[in-house]
Amino acid sequence: MTTPVLEARGLSRAFGHVLALDDADFEVYPGEVTALIGDNGAGKSTLVKALSGNLAVDSGEIKFAGEPIQLTSPTQASALGIETVYQDLALAPHLDPVQNMYLGRELMRGGLGGAVGLMNVNEMRSQSRVAFDELGATVRSLTTPVGSMSGGQRQAVAIARAVHWANKVVFLDEPTAALGVRQTKNVLETIRRVRDKGIAVVFISHSMPHVMEVSDRVQVLRLGHRAAVLDAKHTNMEELVGLMTGASTKGAA
Amino acid sequence: MTNIKTGMGPETTSIETARQKEGPFKRMLKLQAFQIFIVLIVLVLIFSALAPESFATLSNLRLVVQNASILAVLGVGMTYVIITSGIDLSIGSVLVFSGVVSALTMRAIGGDDWGTAAIGVVVSIVVGLAWGIFNGVLISKAKVPPLIVTLGSLGMALGLAQILTGGVDVRDVPSVLTTTIGYGNILGGIPVISVIALVVVVIGALVLHYTKFGLYTYAVGSSEEAARRVGVKVDQHLIRVYAISGGLAGLAGVMSLSQFSTTAIAGQSQTNLNVIAAVVIGGTSLFGGYGTIFGTVVGLFIPAVLQNGFVITGIQPFWQQVAVGAVLIVAVYIDQVRRAAAARGQSTNLWRRLVSRKSE
Ligand SMILES: Nc1ncnc2c1ncn2[C@@H]1O[C@H](COP(=O)(O)OP(=O)(O)OP(=O)(O)O)[C@@H](O)[C@H]1O
Ligand SMILES: [Mg+2]
Repeated sequence: MTTPVLEARGLSRAFGHVLALDDADFEVYPGEVTALIGDNGAGKSTLVKALSGNLAVDSGEIKFAGEPIQLTSPTQASALGIETVYQDLALAPHLDPVQNMYLGRELMRGGLGGAVGLMNVNEMRSQSRVAFDELGATVRSLTTPVGSMSGGQRQAVAIARAVHWANKVVFLDEPTAALGVRQTKNVLETIRRVRDKGIAVVFISHSMPHVMEVSDRVQVLRLGHRAAVLDAKHTNMEELVGLMTGASTKGAA
Repeated sequence: MTNIKTGMGPETTSIETARQKEGPFKRMLKLQAFQIFIVLIVLVLIFSALAPESFATLSNLRLVVQNASILAVLGVGMTYVIITSGIDLSIGSVLVFSGVVSALTMRAIGGDDWGTAAIGVVVSIVVGLAWGIFNGVLISKAKVPPLIVTLGSLGMALGLAQILTGGVDVRDVPSVLTTTIGYGNILGGIPVISVIALVVVVIGALVLHYTKFGLYTYAVGSSEEAARRVGVKVDQHLIRVYAISGGLAGLAGVMSLSQFSTTAIAGQSQTNLNVIAAVVIGGTSLFGGYGTIFGTVVGLFIPAVLQNGFVITGIQPFWQQVAVGAVLIVAVYIDQVRRAAAARGQSTNLWRRLVSRKSE
């Protein structure tokens, strides 16, 4: 088996008395969609934050391409090619889609203009347009603040941003939660397309049909601990639901 | 039932990616800054009609502009600060403190030449910068709220200025400063002090609206968390923004020294509030993420024109304070309505909203 591009061993993290992660293992492989499922409060978002440099863990080890690393900031994760669509999206509401897309990674103008801090707005705009088109996103205007867009449009902006910048791992924390039928289909297609580029995709969702449709591997998290890893082709929704709720147990943990 | 093939019905939303391009003119019309600009024009027209010989003259216009110049310099810094959703109450005191240190330095050096004056200018700006960095570090690193930090430095800077001078204003300012920056003119009648202010305003606006630094200022005010997650150095940026505000207060310190030939320690107690009022009247949101330098300049001229117009038309000038207070509250109310509308994803065009409200 190939080495996982990103791997977690025995991660634990407590918030006061709540053990959000309890000796959790996790791994993702290049060119695979790994679904991460579990009940509300199972620790999915916490795991994503820990693996994207947004949250320090109390104990455990994180490996990137087989090498142990300390993930201390989201910038560091980005530099490694790890991008995240957070459950709360983390967009700046007053900025427009293009500004959000490139925030922190602006394209500067050449020569003197760039030296005094002028940005290449046209280039950023046209590249963003391509990215939104690829996603089939219904982002109507590239110049209105994302704060005044619909929840689904905002989600599309956040997804387009992550997909645009990632070259190793993309975390999508409930990316389809606010989306319409058509947009959901687009996102699932995007997930496949990103996977086919050889990028590891982590897909968090409460929708079992979507999970079954798009993922290669399913990891079940229960009470902060990995309850099972399953091959998506050889499982069914009843089994997944049973594992999530703790009605049944199975597999490696 | 493992795989639901999502059967697509007829499309309800057409996929039109960014085809709609708003012209810059149409976008300008929507700006609160532009709407307040119309109010300013109307005020000017009213006073011009009431007192055509005294209000609507070049010399009176010159007076109004000259009086607003120092506030404009401070307003540029304050606009940056408020866009980050902060506040800087210390600018008036920092202005005084920088002016005092500068005046004392120039007196110690002696001489009435440009050499001494240049040192005085640099000292004033550097001292202002230092206060700004002090504010910025406490706000970003120590996480003390900006209101408290700058309230503290307001008191500290003013107290220290009085300690340094023994409470007596320093009145010997090199005459090269007073005759040039103070009340000098260029191009046959344009006050130098206003030219300096104009340069600061133009540079301030260009940096805010066209550079990465400006973009980060909006980003930090819009969502600190979002900015941090994409790697914007939020703390460093806040320190820089407060440093700009302090540095400009230092510059304003020399301008004030030059204009009034005295450190005028007691003369700046309302400055911070006047500048904040101007910024807010100009449409900059106290909640951060939104604002323009243009709006701030317009917001400065509304009180200035009211004051001048009331005096000229013989209305008790105290009415100016009443009117400005009312304008301020209306401006914040409008901002509030706009933010609520934006949060609901509705049209943020105020006029259309007010009209549609009536027709409900
Ligand atoms: N910042 C925090 N402070 C305190 N407790 C937290 C914090 N973040 C998460 N928790 C707790 O950790 C547990 C796991 O939360 P997490 O957000 O990871 O769940 P989740 O699996 O993403 O759930 P959901 O499906 O609802 O998004 C919860 O009990 C939650 O209350
Ligand atoms: Mg979650």
